[in-house]
Formats: sequence, C-alpha cells, structure tokens
Amino acid sequence: MSATARRKPPLGVITRPGTSLRNKTGSWGIQRPVWDWSKCTGCNTCESICPEGCIRHLEKKQYEADYDYCKGCGMCAAACPAKAISMSTEHD
Amino acid sequence: MRKMIEGSRAVAEAVALCRPDVISAYPITPQTHIVEELSQIVADGELDAEYVRVESEHSAASVCLGAVVAGSRAYSATTSQGMLLMVEVLYNIAGMRLPLVITGVNRAVSAPLSIWNDQQDTMAIRDTGWLQLYAENSQECLDMHLQAYKISEDDRVLLPVMVCMDGFILTHTYESVDMPTQEQVDAFLPRYNPLYKLDPADPYTLGGYIGPEKYQEVRYVLQQDCLAAKEVVKEVARDFQKAFGRWAGDVIEPYQCDDAEVILIGMGSVVGTLKDWADRRRAGGEKVGVLKLRCYRPFPADELVAAVSGAKQVIVLEKAVSVGGYGIVAAELRAALHGRVAVPVACAVAGLGGRDITMGTVDEMYDRARAGESDFFAGLRAEVLEEG
Repeated sequence: MSATARRKPPLGVITRPGTSLRNKTGSWGIQRPVWDWSKCTGCNTCESICPEGCIRHLEKKQYEADYDYCKGCGMCAAACPAKAISMSTEHD
Repeated sequence: MRKMIEGSRAVAEAVALCRPDVISAYPITPQTHIVEELSQIVADGELDAEYVRVESEHSAASVCLGAVVAGSRAYSATTSQGMLLMVEVLYNIAGMRLPLVITGVNRAVSAPLSIWNDQQDTMAIRDTGWLQLYAENSQECLDMHLQAYKISEDDRVLLPVMVCMDGFILTHTYESVDMPTQEQVDAFLPRYNPLYKLDPADPYTLGGYIGPEKYQEVRYVLQQDCLAAKEVVKEVARDFQKAFGRWAGDVIEPYQCDDAEVILIGMGSVVGTLKDWADRRRAGGEKVGVLKLRCYRPFPADELVAAVSGAKQVIVLEKAVSVGGYGIVAAELRAALHGRVAVPVACAVAGLGGRDITMGTVDEMYDRARAGESDFFAGLRAEVLEEG
C-alpha cells in the first residue's frame, strides 16, 4: 500500500478518549434522588457510594447530584443511614 | 524451487516467508504439523518471530488480536473444536478491522468426536466478517497464504483472512510444490504498515462501545467493505501472477464449463476429484463441468451466476450441513440466482467426518440430481443406518 493515499480508519473502529463525559447517561433514568435536609447528617455515604461518582458534597449537609450522569439507580437512597434521600419520579 | 513436501510443511514455510512478527497457536489435530514446523523454524532462528504458547485457541486468537493492534503481522492456525472456541475473538478481530491470517484446517465438529475432514467448522464461522479462501491442493494452500496477507492488509479491506485447507487430505499428504524465495515474497508482500495501532503517545480504544445511534452503520460499512474485498482478491491474484509467474486463481475457477449442461460446484480438495470425474464423463461425451468456489467469503454471487447461466443444472457438493436447513453454499447460490437465471440447483451433502468421496459418490449425486432430487446426502451406507 502506498504511503501517500491511505484511507481513514473504518467507521467505528477507533474510540477516542472522553466518551464517558460525552455519553450523558442521565437520560437512562426515571428517578432522581431528593434530599431531605432536615434529616441529612452530612456523613458523605451518598457521595462515596454513588457508582457514577456524580454526587458532590457542596458543604456540610448539602449535596447535589449531576443529573447529566445520574442514572437514578437509588443506591444513595438505599444506603443513606439517616433515610434522608428519597427517589422521585417528579422532576423538571 | 520445486520440492516434495507435506502440505502442512508447505504452509509453514509459506507463512515463514511472510515474516510474521507473532505466531500463537494451540495444537489440535490435524492442524498440528503446521504449528510444530513453525515453532521449529522460530526455535532454529530461521524466523525472527515471537512464538507464543497459550492454553487455548481463545487465547491464541486473543494473542494475535493484541499483536495486530500493536502493529505486528500475526499468524495462527486451528481446526474444528479449536476454531469454535475462537469464535468470539474471530468476531472481534473482524469487527476491529484487523489484518490477520489464520489457517482454518477443515475437520468435522463434535459430537460425535471425529478428527477427520469435512468443512463444518469453517462454514460455522462464515458470518464473522472473515474472508474465506478454500484451497484445492498444496500449491494453492501455499499461494493463498502469500495472497491472504496482501489482501488482508490492503487499506480497502482491513479484514482478516482464513485460508481453509482440508485436514489430512491436504495437511498430511506430500505433493510437489514450487516454493518461492524470500526475495520474491518480500517484493510481493512488503512489511506490514498498519493504518492504525495502539500507541501510548496517542491513546485510544479499538472496538469500544457504540450505541444504537451508530452501531448499524458500522456493521453496514463492514458488510460493504467485505463485499468489495472481492475485487481486491482478484487484483492480488493478478499481482501474484506478475510476481511469481503463475496463475493461482481468484474468486472462482471454472473447469470445462464453457459448453457444460451440468456444472458441479465444490470447495477445497474435493474439486480435484470432481475434475477427474468430469474428465471421465467428458470422455463418454457428456457435457459436464466443474466450478471451484475458491473465495467463499465474500460470496462471489455475480461471478457464480454468470458462470452457471448457460447450464441446465447445477449440483453443489457440500461437506457441511446447516442442520435443520440444508446445504449452505446451495442456499446462497439459489438466492443469488433468484430472479436472474432460472437454473435448478441441487445440493448433495457428502464426505462428512472423513467419509471418502469417490467416483461412485459423484456418480450417485449426479444421478440423483438428474432424477430431480434437490437436497440429499450422498454416499450414505444403508447397513449403518439399519444399526440405529
């Protein structure tokens, strides 16, 4: 094969890095976590157990989920020792 | 240089002349002599390659996959159960568009256990995206391996090629072959120059996840490229003729077909038997011909249709059966002919598990097809059936 006119790699063979950022898995879910701040103790269990790593600790007793990537799996709600998280199907 | 050697040795020497960087295989009858010879060639220092011993054919194929994505030319050989164990990796190699050559030694598939020849194993992997070439004799095996790398590594193809050779009939018999020199092969087949390979300085993934929004298009391109590879098979055949001074064939090879009223189609070593049978019938004044299907994948539908369009009947000899369907090549040929040429295609399954295909077997398939049977097993032994 000549060194000059080579084809592009065939469609779909090469995947460039960064796909997990581009692939917004939040569209997969039907539920979202909702915190009851009156019960939250700020223990960080939800942040550490989230399989997507999309729960962020903002300040003591204050968390947010990145809904671009939250699949609504409910692990945070199930693990919360204070039962401060409920899974809601109602959201914007 | 002409020499009298075993078919397996001819393949091993041809592969060594292609200078693979990595060889990985798991020994299994009747492929064993090929990889034994290659391991000896490497151990003797005659070929600068990594010979990777593995614990299974799945690993052998995986080692080859890894070697090719790292930019190497690789080789393996397998048969039967080993080939089926490779299947998952074979799909990945084709899907990742990796040039690779594997010798698919043809052997029956268990159960019942049989080490003897038919073509059930390679026919079972026909949908993987691999090109498949079927060899009639040792010389063709040798030539096909040289061609296979050139086809596989062509930018227009970038698909793996399986060279299929009948177990024992070709692997364990001695024939006179014309073995090219290293200089000739080097001129015909330059060093592998990968279009892409894994590189820590430019990291990316090969064969990564693709969602429903794009997967079908990727498979479409694979299908289109595999179909188009037929032209590269032909082109490489012409290049081969220029380089080595002999015609080694492209997708099909007609024999006595010009005025033939009945054409027999076969793949692999049985074609020699069919040609001999046709010569005998021709001597008796019957207009019969033989069509060798040399390149089964991609399926040369147009070439086959054109080649049989003047015949009154086609009979396909199948050394495999799609259980619950029937003959695989016959079914594809009927589909290719549909709406274009109205020639009846009969299908005779024969030669399973090492059953000899004799002149009598060919007589039987011819007579039964001429009498109107369309799908049948030829060469069945009534006394064995009665045991059941």
